[in-house]
Amino acid sequence: MGIIQKDELEKIQGNMAEKENTWIKVGMATCGIAAGADKVYNYLKSEVEKRGLNIEVRTAGCIGNCYAEPLVEVKAGGKQIMYNLVDEEFAGKILDQHIVQGEAVSGSTYVESADLNPGQMRIALRHCGIVDPESIDSYIYNDGYIALRKAITESTPQGVIDEMKASGLRGRGGAGFPTFLKWTFGAKSKGDEKYIICNADEGDPGAYMDRSILEGDPHAVIEGMMLGGYAIGANKGFFYVRAEYPLAIRRLQKAIDECKGYGIIGNKIFGSDFSFDIEIRLGAGAFVCGEETALIASIEGKRGTPSPRPPFPTDSGVFGKPSVINNVETLSNVSAILLKGGEWYGSIGTEKSKGTKVFAVTGKIKNAGLVEIPMGTSLKTVVYDICGGIANGKKYLAVQTGGPSGGVITEDYLDTEISYESLGELGSIMGSGGMIVMDEDDCIVDIAKFYLGFCVDESCGKCSPCRIGGQRMLGILEKITDGHGEIEDIQKLKKICEAMKKASLCGLGQTAPNPVLSTLRYFEREYIDHIEKKSCRAGVCQKLLQYKILLDKCKKCGKCQKNCPVDAIEGDRKSEFVIDQDKCIKCGLCVTSCPFDAVIKE
Amino acid sequence: MINVKIDGIDVQVEEGTTILDAAKKVQVNIPTLCKHPDVTATAACGLCVVKMVGSPKTFRACSTPITKFEDGKEYITRDAELVDIRRTVLELILADHPNECFTCGRNNNCELQKLAAEFGIRDIPFEPKDVDHTDDDDSTCTIKLEPNKCIKCGRCVEVCQNVQDVHALCFMGRGYDTAISPAGENLSLADSPCVRCGQCSAHCPTGAIFEHDDTRAVWDILNDDKYYTTVQIAPAVRIALGEAFGLEPGVNLTKKIYAALRRLGFNAVFDTNYTADVTIMEEGSEFISRFTKGTAPLPLITTCCPAWVDYMEKYACDVMENFSTAKSPQQMMGALIKSYYAENKKIDPAIIKSISIMPCTAKKYEIQRDENMKSVSDIQDVDIVLTTREFSRMIKQAGIDLLTLADEEADSILGQYTGAGTIFGNSGGVMEAALRTAYELITEKELNNVEFQAVRGIEGVKEAVIDIDGISVKVAVASGLGNVHFLLEKIRAWKEAGSNPETIPWHFIEVMACPGGCIAGGGQPYGVQDTKRIKRIEGLYTDDKQSEFRSSHKNPMVQKLYSEYLGAPLSEKSHHLLHTTYTCRVTYKK
Amino acid sequence: MSEFNVNEIAEKWKDVPGSLIMALHELQEEVGYIPRNEAMKLATAMNISLARIYEVITFYSFFKLEAPGKHKIQVCMGTACYLKGAQSLVDEFKNQLKVDEGCTTSDGNFQLEIVRCVGCCSIAPVVVVGEKVYSKVTPDEVSAIISEYE
Repeated sequence: MGIIQKDELEKIQGNMAEKENTWIKVGMATCGIAAGADKVYNYLKSEVEKRGLNIEVRTAGCIGNCYAEPLVEVKAGGKQIMYNLVDEEFAGKILDQHIVQGEAVSGSTYVESADLNPGQMRIALRHCGIVDPESIDSYIYNDGYIALRKAITESTPQGVIDEMKASGLRGRGGAGFPTFLKWTFGAKSKGDEKYIICNADEGDPGAYMDRSILEGDPHAVIEGMMLGGYAIGANKGFFYVRAEYPLAIRRLQKAIDECKGYGIIGNKIFGSDFSFDIEIRLGAGAFVCGEETALIASIEGKRGTPSPRPPFPTDSGVFGKPSVINNVETLSNVSAILLKGGEWYGSIGTEKSKGTKVFAVTGKIKNAGLVEIPMGTSLKTVVYDICGGIANGKKYLAVQTGGPSGGVITEDYLDTEISYESLGELGSIMGSGGMIVMDEDDCIVDIAKFYLGFCVDESCGKCSPCRIGGQRMLGILEKITDGHGEIEDIQKLKKICEAMKKASLCGLGQTAPNPVLSTLRYFEREYIDHIEKKSCRAGVCQKLLQYKILLDKCKKCGKCQKNCPVDAIEGDRKSEFVIDQDKCIKCGLCVTSCPFDAVIKE
Repeated sequence: MINVKIDGIDVQVEEGTTILDAAKKVQVNIPTLCKHPDVTATAACGLCVVKMVGSPKTFRACSTPITKFEDGKEYITRDAELVDIRRTVLELILADHPNECFTCGRNNNCELQKLAAEFGIRDIPFEPKDVDHTDDDDSTCTIKLEPNKCIKCGRCVEVCQNVQDVHALCFMGRGYDTAISPAGENLSLADSPCVRCGQCSAHCPTGAIFEHDDTRAVWDILNDDKYYTTVQIAPAVRIALGEAFGLEPGVNLTKKIYAALRRLGFNAVFDTNYTADVTIMEEGSEFISRFTKGTAPLPLITTCCPAWVDYMEKYACDVMENFSTAKSPQQMMGALIKSYYAENKKIDPAIIKSISIMPCTAKKYEIQRDENMKSVSDIQDVDIVLTTREFSRMIKQAGIDLLTLADEEADSILGQYTGAGTIFGNSGGVMEAALRTAYELITEKELNNVEFQAVRGIEGVKEAVIDIDGISVKVAVASGLGNVHFLLEKIRAWKEAGSNPETIPWHFIEVMACPGGCIAGGGQPYGVQDTKRIKRIEGLYTDDKQSEFRSSHKNPMVQKLYSEYLGAPLSEKSHHLLHTTYTCRVTYKK
Repeated sequence: MSEFNVNEIAEKWKDVPGSLIMALHELQEEVGYIPRNEAMKLATAMNISLARIYEVITFYSFFKLEAPGKHKIQVCMGTACYLKGAQSLVDEFKNQLKVDEGCTTSDGNFQLEIVRCVGCCSIAPVVVVGEKVYSKVTPDEVSAIISEYE
């Protein structure tokens, strides 16, 4: 099919409908493939062919229940079932029992598809795991590009902005700026050329919503971008994607090419006066490029260093032209909002934080994965009800949101209803959607050091508060975790934090102190213990650990002494064995070599 | 116009004015280390943070424009919190900076040191960084880089890339490891496209980039009786040196400088302005010959500026045929001292040590750039170049009270100069001097008004059509190497189109590498910006106005040189002593 | 390699505004890193100063100035991986390969790198070799991963 006409979307839907009665889908996002989904997919594909079964084996994007990868969903015999942890052997059973006999495979973990994702509400992720990300027809079948066609042939740019205003959607990249307002600025800004940019430089280490959406539903993001472009008067869009996401880039490029083939990207789209083109630009490994002005510099082929604002990108962005930058998740919501109406979206969530938010819940959680919840859902619901609570029966320590710009939320605040405002009040931020769960085995000072280390690595180095301040703070934290901390170091940390927050040029520097400030706010005691008692509650800070031989358990076999790589264990089989703490390098080999559990760390 | 308040004081500014400049209008100086009026604000240092009433944010005063949306807003530039923040930022910068003020090239003249003094920093609460001097780069023997002292403000990069279009310096790496260096791992400045203009050193707020210091070598020579020491001072030195002694820019100290040089012990004191006049004779004649007889291609491009010559050889080798073959005034002086003067005084040129005082770092390189700089046997025509800054230090080391010295005159036979020679020190001066002489030599008529206003001023590119008795001569003057691109592109396009003489963009072009010309050279006293440039230029035009002769060919001592020694301009002897050749050079040696 | 010509890359991108990073991606894709002589050729062909190119390649961690090892082992140090013991994986790889982070083994076969989040947080800790992703890796599995590529 070449360029499609206005009324041909429905025709495609009709063609697709026949194929939708029975199918097998394999979750094939990066993490699924890592878990072995490609093997399962290839196996199913060849077996189906070999056995001459009349069923299509398809790929799908990230289904969200990442802890249970590889995931295979089957619709056959009147049953639609999601199978967890599928390997080739199990895939064979699926074919034997479910496809051939029409019975769900017994003795396995599976969920009726209808019962998937309790407690969740999937809008941004509405197609993830459902559409085939490599087929535009599959997207169109799921009402794809209907919103775009309606907007450009029946509505006006202002009409689109009005719907967005009614929806109350705020930027999902972290800062939460109202999307309609950004688009209004973009629309009002004068320029012969304007750009809309999708920020897909997902930088928060510990978050992968954007990757999953791009891998699972690239067309939704493209459609959102085009609607935004139409609203602000831009005819060109840029995707700025992390180079570390090769699969996402491949699928996105394929989606763009498919759109061009159908004339959905091109001139006079659906016979309207609206023309649009999209180009992919790759990041190259710089977290700071998630910041709008740095991202612009990077698209222009320069060092990704931020610039002062104003001028704001909506007035002067890429190549000095008005540019609107939206995050992947933000854009993936747009066509859903326009199809169902801004009011519908606005009815979800809290008073100021509307709609839903996707979180990547990872860390010490039982069921790690992507969840999309209505704003206002409590943290407790997310951690305990949706994700099954802390893994391995450990005790909850804290949840971290907002990544390197965010903070921790302690047990006392688990009932907090998630919104931009409530998380801000707790000293954290919504962020892009990383939600890291920590348990009793994690050291809070070490976590702060980890995040700060990240920010120091990723600081662009342009402005001195961030460049030097971050580095010196990291030095102080290292000193503390190495057991050389002094009590005034806490004051010094706070002093640098203040200066960095107020004097740094961009968001990275201004928020880099947050993990330190937030952990100091809730866990100052742990810092003080590291400094005064030289002890690490969680036993994470190696240099604060001491290995000891319990004399009552020791059978004087001498194995620990033999295994010690630095000859730190003194004594002989006649007397007793003692560890020389000055020589000990805390490698732990004595513990593992002792047959009697007589060596302990404390 | 936009109305805002700065610390409660009303101020009206044009839209787009920065908070920093608006504050200046009401006598509020907001501290900054990275902002310099010559370059785009990079917002790097973080010291100029201010607040706006009603906003939770802070703003960088240096780079935040006041727009119509800010009408009626009030800014706070100082309160306890801001002072605290600035102090912490300053302490962080200092923690990262070696504590070596006593032995630093910028001691007493450092913007960071000054701020530390003003903020009364008595203790740096943060860990100092390890200092490793192995990275110092003195490879060019003109400009020295000490990366340890760099505060990464980026002024030098802005100047090198955007003002000068040289791209020798760039930011390398990122984060805490960000460094400013030539583009390559362990690449020295000498292997880079650096043209040694020294504008980086003139703009560096700290001691991270400064001139290669040759004062010690000059002291050694002065103390050694076996040498006959000569010295020349460049046009631009006389009106800027006073700044190092507390005077306003533009005060002409020519005769006190002569006196000071004698006190330092120089045997003969000459003036580069004299050979500026000689340059006009040679280069002017070259122009007339190309213009009237077509002996070589037009346009003719001036070559007094060694940084420009270096730039051309690296970046614009294709216009080499358009370069004047005349040496710079410094090199002409060097050649004449060891030939004409030595013969005249019957001194063995081998014992002459020829020193020059220049506003320029590139001159340190020019004296050894190739064999043409050795006109008499195989010794260098000029032995050592001191910048104005080094010279001011020598005067102070010698305890000479410069400002109260009695005036003295330069020595014969290379000391007398005309107004045309003195204006060589500013952009447009060489062109104006050439036109004065060319007019009279071509028309054989007296020029009524010697002042060519169209080529004066600090604009980067100046164009004019000069009427020489009915013949139109199209001229262009550029200063700041970043402005040359425009000229070169036009010439290249014209050549590509067939070099039609009718459509030639210009017949004669003057280029000086530093914005405003030598008066703002890389070796001049610190703190240059347009207000200073204008005053220094005024100083030179005043000197010109007060001169007995205002055209080079009227200089009696120049006439004597030709009648007694060289014969005529462009003679064989002139060619041997006063002209040079050029070669194409690679931008990167590695 | 013999057929590779940096001028073709330059030709493709030189008229696309701001495309230096894209051109560098293609160059690195072809050669494995950005050799100085290729960077110089690219500078000439795209009419960009070498300084601009070095500013960019030294800013972005993705671009390499030195030839990479044959197999690139990337240990993810995103937050989830860090919490789940990625540091012990790094230590184990360092120990077994006898190289430091960012370095290549003396035989040129392996290069050990630490990366910031490959976006596979739910299956942390993660190791990536080439395009293959290993999930929930333990230090015990390190030698098996290495031997796959020896």
